[in-house]
Amino acid sequence: MALAEGVNKAGGTGSAKGIGAYLASHLREYGLLLALIVVMIFFQIVTDGTLLKAVNVTNLLLQNSYIVIMALGMLIVIVAGHIDLSVGSVMGFIGALAAVMMVNHGYSMPVTIVVCLVVGGVIGAAQGYWVAYWKIPSFIVTLAGMLVFRGLSLWLLEGQSVGPFPREFQVIANGFVPDVFPAGFGAALAGFFEVRQVNVLALAAGVVTAAAIVWMGLTQRARNRAYGIDDEPFAFFVARNAIVAAALVFITYKLSTFRGLPNVLITMGVLTVIYAFITANTVIGRRIYALGGNQKAAKLSGINTERLTFLAFTNMGVLAAAAGLVFAARLNTATPKAGFALELDVIAAVFIGGASMSGGVGTIIGAVVGAFLMGVLNNGMSIMGIGIDYQQMIKGLVLLAAVIFDVYNKNKG
Amino acid sequence: MTADILLDMRQITKAFPGVKALDRVDLKVRRGEIHAICGENGAGKSTLMKVLSGVYPAGSFDGEIVYDGQPAHFRHIADSEHRGIIIIHQELALVPQLSIAENIFLGNERGRRGVVDWRETNHRTEQLLAKVGLKEPPTRLVDRIGVGKQQLVEIAKALSKDVKLLILDEPTAALQETDSRKLLDLMLELKAQGVTCILISHKLGEVRYVADTVTVIRDGTTVSTLDAKAGISENEIVRDMVGRDMTHRFPQHERRPGAVLMEVEDWTVWHPERAERKVIKGANFNVRAGEVVGIAGLMGSGRTELAMSIFGRSWGRDISGTVKLKGQPVDVSTVQRAIAAGISYVTEDRKSLGLVLDETIRFNTTLANLEGVSSRGVLKRNEETRVAERYREALATRTPTVFQKVVNLSGGNQQKVVLAKWLFTAPEVLILDEPTRGIDVGAKYEIYTIVNELAAQGKGVVMISSEMPELLGMCDRIYVMSEGALVGELTAAEASQERIMSLIVND
Ligand SMILES: Nc1ncnc2c1ncn2[C@@H]1O[C@H](COP(=O)(O)OP(=O)(O)OP(=O)(O)O)[C@@H](O)[C@H]1O
Ligand SMILES: [Mg+2]
Repeated sequence: MALAEGVNKAGGTGSAKGIGAYLASHLREYGLLLALIVVMIFFQIVTDGTLLKAVNVTNLLLQNSYIVIMALGMLIVIVAGHIDLSVGSVMGFIGALAAVMMVNHGYSMPVTIVVCLVVGGVIGAAQGYWVAYWKIPSFIVTLAGMLVFRGLSLWLLEGQSVGPFPREFQVIANGFVPDVFPAGFGAALAGFFEVRQVNVLALAAGVVTAAAIVWMGLTQRARNRAYGIDDEPFAFFVARNAIVAAALVFITYKLSTFRGLPNVLITMGVLTVIYAFITANTVIGRRIYALGGNQKAAKLSGINTERLTFLAFTNMGVLAAAAGLVFAARLNTATPKAGFALELDVIAAVFIGGASMSGGVGTIIGAVVGAFLMGVLNNGMSIMGIGIDYQQMIKGLVLLAAVIFDVYNKNKG
Repeated sequence: MTADILLDMRQITKAFPGVKALDRVDLKVRRGEIHAICGENGAGKSTLMKVLSGVYPAGSFDGEIVYDGQPAHFRHIADSEHRGIIIIHQELALVPQLSIAENIFLGNERGRRGVVDWRETNHRTEQLLAKVGLKEPPTRLVDRIGVGKQQLVEIAKALSKDVKLLILDEPTAALQETDSRKLLDLMLELKAQGVTCILISHKLGEVRYVADTVTVIRDGTTVSTLDAKAGISENEIVRDMVGRDMTHRFPQHERRPGAVLMEVEDWTVWHPERAERKVIKGANFNVRAGEVVGIAGLMGSGRTELAMSIFGRSWGRDISGTVKLKGQPVDVSTVQRAIAAGISYVTEDRKSLGLVLDETIRFNTTLANLEGVSSRGVLKRNEETRVAERYREALATRTPTVFQKVVNLSGGNQQKVVLAKWLFTAPEVLILDEPTRGIDVGAKYEIYTIVNELAAQGKGVVMISSEMPELLGMCDRIYVMSEGALVGELTAAEASQERIMSLIVND
């Protein structure tokens, strides 16, 4: 009766809806992807092709790896309705701790890594404890943390730089995955592409990942179709997947003509997949969105909101520690200034990626793309020789533009 | 028609992605009348008023509005306010931490060069409060007065702005009967002073009491405009609303309550902030299997506090007493434990306590029982969608898909989503707090049917309600609550509106 009428009415207008309406309601996701592409093309042109040179692509990934790793944790903290200002300091502190342990006291690498990750977790837990169980605003707690851990790094390093690290540790950030395919294979491909060398593993990894993404997109689409969710127009679906797949293959091809897959890319990729899965497909991920969306309703639905907040900060601490290890390994020294103001880049990446300040909204993929958008801006402007003063201003304006875009979109919808 | 049409809305059409909320609606309001708009949940009543007041700006909808003899193109609420159209939304828009006077003149402050003239402000406030019949000092903070009085403050605020057309969207949904009556009488008085009113309400008794004309909207179109002065029956309105005759307001039921299912003994709760206030004073009550038990009482008598303190200590401090299920004491110290024990609580405040508004129907439906749609912590999306679909069908929730965000649903349909969420936890005892607030007659019937089904399955239902006919029509037993204590218990046979009221008053 009444129900059937309602559905028919809605269904009728729904199917008649055009591509324009679809685009309007998904402007944000396409906008972000588009922005990344436009920025890359722009810098590719103004840097005379330097941006996408194999060595620079490799560099871009290495340079941004620690931002991306921290953005994963920050996204969860922000979705839960909080903020963590201490991550830059914690990252620096952990780098310092690693340096003191390995360089000054000769601890082995595995012991150091485990201790550092645990200490990071404890730091996150300590901050999370105040936020979750004492209801102290996260802004205050982590602002305090930012100062405390900056001070602790200075104290630990006694104001000096400590390094270099043992080779095996540097490999974390600067190493590459050796090609597992027979050398003849690579040589043949190199001849075909007319380049000096090809790392077959890297290229194969890119192709396989691209195929997997397309395949997952197709199954998702079939499922949406079955339930009549407002579906992406087919042309959009094809275009989006073609761009993503092409970009992946292109980047891995570039990497393969240089030194292959960087170790950090693997770390970053695996972590991104894990966190994307957790946030989108698990009970705990779902609860985090509920917590950020409406804390009271979440609590009254039987969700242990305190413990969830506590875990979000603990997780952030572990990821900040992981980033700290990568950063220290990359620079091959720990300095008292390491990680200075990095928290701002991380937070900016998450917001550019579409997260909302009030919580409950945001995606892992968005945060990662946001991080790379910032990374490409940094890198491109540096190649062009733009001063740090202008760089800061431009990054600030990009962040503002992204958020204004969000708010505008929301009000309009 | 009579020449004196104040407002003429013609062929208004407004679409949202996937939903046509209004489809060529006509509305004519005569100067100086009280015009009621009735319709099922999601029929488009609120949307029509938002179109009128400029919340949806001119250009975002089709059709024509002629107001006071001139075409109207409102781009903001300010534009319509300027012309004397004031809308009071169902969710009150007062700032609780400010005084009555400050609220009334918020954005319209009395004074010069940015300095507020408090004498003038308070003096004018006193005059306005006298007009609406509210005896409170202008300096009292708004969160210190009840909802009914807050509603009157809203009206005083409207009067301060030189109102010509006053729109009230479900003003009495959260009000006590006596407060509702006061508000309706005030409307009649304003009408005598020449103010035109539009009233949206699901309470047809009220509509009959005040309205001169009733316009009924169904599925986004005007079905009929009825002249109410000549006398109109509720059944006529209902027939136009739902498109068929509805002879019974309550579904037939026959209940055979079994053994005692839940017992609450000596339940005492203190106020979370004011430590000297005992809010619940040693309450004792029980529910049998297959029984529907009502709790009657005035607003602020502690019914919600009683329910929430039982449900995982979600309200109050220093809670003492025992809760037994099937004779065994159970731990209800956290919400998780209460749910695990088999108790569910459907909140009266769906927007701030019941729903994650920016998420979908599916998200909200499964939120309290994610274990039910996951294995080893991983969500089964298809299963989740099926569950949401099942409840959408069972409750006849009006929505294009279960992937619609609940913020876009009409009030009544949001309520159904909250209900779905708690039904999916498969509770032994379901506590319903004002379950039909803001819900149309047809949907009420559906909700009552579900309550009956639960009882037939041997579950216990506790129903807190301010609508006495609902308690009388549905419950096997009714407890009466007054000032934090259960002051009486009546069986269905004994209970009547008068007896309940006398128990409340005599206490
Ligand atoms: N912003 C929006 N986006 C999408 N759909 C909307 C939006 N606002 C309202 N709707 C839809 O428009 C229809 C009419 O909603 P409206 O709020 O006007 O109903 P109503 O008659 O006031 O109902 P109730 O009595 O429950 O308050 C509903 O189907 C609702 O889901
Ligand atoms: Mg409404």
